[in-house]
Amino acid sequence: MTETTLFYAFGAVAVVASLLVIAQRNPVYSVLLLIGSFGALSGLYVLLDAPFVAVIQIIVYAGAIMVLFLFVVMLLNAPHEDTEYDEHVHPLLRPGPMRFGAVLAIAFGVELVWALTRHIESGPFAGGAVSSVASIGTLLFTDYAFAFEVTSILILVAMMGAVVLARRD
Amino acid sequence: MLNQYLVLSAILFTIGTAGVFVRRNLITILLSIEIMLNAVNLTFVAFGRALGSADGQIIVFFVMTVAAAEAAVGLAIVITLFRHKESLNPDSFTLLKW
Repeated sequence: MTETTLFYAFGAVAVVASLLVIAQRNPVYSVLLLIGSFGALSGLYVLLDAPFVAVIQIIVYAGAIMVLFLFVVMLLNAPHEDTEYDEHVHPLLRPGPMRFGAVLAIAFGVELVWALTRHIESGPFAGGAVSSVASIGTLLFTDYAFAFEVTSILILVAMMGAVVLARRD
Repeated sequence: MLNQYLVLSAILFTIGTAGVFVRRNLITILLSIEIMLNAVNLTFVAFGRALGSADGQIIVFFVMTVAAAEAAVGLAIVITLFRHKESLNPDSFTLLKW
């Protein structure tokens, strides 16, 4: 009962914050609202017996990635979106047809919801959740050891790529 | 309970998709991509919980790594583009268009 209430509370916060993210013209507000949305998602992960994911959601996503976004937004000092459209802009890129894309996205969402709710029975979750950080760590360093090491190379390449791209030549 | 989580995830993914279509700002488009990645993460964790397996949480770990790499490289590209055009509107970057 409490779990259901908490699910709807966190879900509502996540959806409303995400909607406001894409409704804002000022990217600084968008980033701050997205941090709120990630906090709600972290609460949902706690409800799903996944404390490890909940904690790295806060530390890595809200803490590191979003601060990186905020840093770039403030560094560029161009907070507001251009609202005026030039006459020479292609007709398909004007605001009207762009809204058509949003309609397509909503149709896609309805389709997803319909497909996802068709065949899965929706009882409460069964017991036996694997939630301890120790078991995840063991799995990560045994079955997924290769993927884990490749991840470090990915991070290294991304770091070098960012340095090379953003350097002033 | 699984159904509710999947529907919430679908709603969040749709919001992200709509954000990519509606906004004309490279940074907001990157944020919309982050919303989509998080919707998929929620699906992974919900299915992992329903199946009693830790694999979902491990995939989320890898998705977060990819998201961090994507954010770092994407923002570096945004900074470089802004230096060239003084604009974040994706319509103003048409050099590779025929």
